[in-house]
Amino acid sequence: MTIEKLTSNFELLGDWEERYGYLIDLGKKLPGLPDADKVEENRVHGCQAMVWLRMSRDTQNPALIRIRADSDAFIVRGLISVLMILFDGKTADEITAADVKSVFSRLGLDQHLSPTRKNGLFAMTERIRTLARGLAIEQNVANN
Amino acid sequence: MNEPKPIDWSKLRGDFPILGQQINGHPLVYFDNAATSQKPRQVLDAIRRYYEHDNANVHRGVHELSNRATDAYEAARARAAKFLNARSPEEIIFTRGTTEGINLVAATWALDHLKPGDTILLTELEHHSNLVPWQMVAQRTGAKLAFIPITGDEGTLDLSRLDAQLADGVKLLSLTHISNSMAVVNPVADICARARLAGVVTVVDAAQSAGHLPLDVQSIGCDFLAFSSNKICGPTGMGVLYGRRELLEKLSPYQGGGEMISKVEYFKTTYNVPPHRFEAGTPHIEGAVGLHAALDYLDAIGRDAIFRHDQELANYAAERLAEFKGIRIFGPKRGRAGLVSFVLPNAHALDVATMADQKGVALRAGHHCNQPLMAKLGVPATLRASFYFYNTRAEVDRFIEVLRGVVKLLGS
Repeated sequence: MTIEKLTSNFELLGDWEERYGYLIDLGKKLPGLPDADKVEENRVHGCQAMVWLRMSRDTQNPALIRIRADSDAFIVRGLISVLMILFDGKTADEITAADVKSVFSRLGLDQHLSPTRKNGLFAMTERIRTLARGLAIEQNVANN
Repeated sequence: MNEPKPIDWSKLRGDFPILGQQINGHPLVYFDNAATSQKPRQVLDAIRRYYEHDNANVHRGVHELSNRATDAYEAARARAAKFLNARSPEEIIFTRGTTEGINLVAATWALDHLKPGDTILLTELEHHSNLVPWQMVAQRTGAKLAFIPITGDEGTLDLSRLDAQLADGVKLLSLTHISNSMAVVNPVADICARARLAGVVTVVDAAQSAGHLPLDVQSIGCDFLAFSSNKICGPTGMGVLYGRRELLEKLSPYQGGGEMISKVEYFKTTYNVPPHRFEAGTPHIEGAVGLHAALDYLDAIGRDAIFRHDQELANYAAERLAEFKGIRIFGPKRGRAGLVSFVLPNAHALDVATMADQKGVALRAGHHCNQPLMAKLGVPATLRASFYFYNTRAEVDRFIEVLRGVVKLLGS
């Protein structure tokens, strides 16, 4: 799914119940992480639910970054799905440049992006950007 | 016997301007009272009146406004003493809240008295505010912590070994009066009596009980008791620590500064008498004024009536919640305080609270500052609905209806 497709799907939905229903469905479909990866070093703090995040370079194309994440709350899993559409399989530069705020705003979910909200979306976004920069630096070092 | 006159609860609700609003297009149902209560117009008016007419710093000036501000501040202290049935206003220390009250005892009495090998006895129910300060004291003094255990999902204390526990080197016992997540009302008078026999100093965390049921420090028999203004219709950032006079007189100061001194030289200071010794700096004067108005407001209703009202709502909510298949409801079957914590099967508390908010229902989701207790119960988080006298049965019905919709949407 592309972010354009997701946005147009969201626009077809009427009230908040349909939007949340859709988000919850996305959350239920998220592949998630195996239990072995649900460990402290992968925890993202700043959420009332548990959130785990793993990032690695793509095995075929090391310039691309792969993201896997999971949560025990469906809405958080749904928000992770949106982040995956935005960030998974992108380069570090694309991840840094992505305008997350305007995407969530178009989805009518921008209130979830505030650092004071306890759903971890803000913390996840920050973590993805930080890890992406770290992976990009590693990649540059390996290439030089 | 005189029948108490019936209370018009809906008229009281009209005193709270904030409750009349819509949230996300729905009437607000405010069920997060254990975190903070709303404020009646009488309290807001008192604070406004103070700033419009009497504002000045206390205990300093000789001018009229300073005298008025000092009178208002000290009148609030006397009112708080009456509210707790303390022997005198000198036993009332104003703080920022329950947390600061407990930290004050930890930083003064506990650091002065505890030695390596001594024990601080707590319960497994404690809020982080009544756990972390004691962990810090234990680290600094070499004292160790011990806990009175709870019994299962009901959360009542297992007191069968209390006397043996108290005899095991315990110097201080600090416990909550009402659990903020389990709705248990602990028999603090009985526990404090047994502690006193064992020569143990007692601290009661009354954050959830003050303003919710009648409190009498003399019949409880505790040495210290702390509560917060914000949970009982008063302003935020204000609290009360009661301390038994004999203990306060011997206590080291808490923070240094103005107000807490009687004579200062460059290399030494003679400290003021209690309670001023423990109130360094310009105090939260309008907080005291607002708290005074709140205590008047609550006592005009009657705290026993408030307790019965909140308990009825909590029992009704627990009864309605039991309609949900597979739900786990925490707290005692009898004698529940005015709140109910629960876990719905396959529905994360955060998801439920997020969606309930879309329908105007304010619930609390999380560990409620009870992480060790949640770990013991084996749940990452619970949902909590907590009530106060302005809440209604119709609001409980609305909450149940919203919860049904949420559960359906979650497909659980």
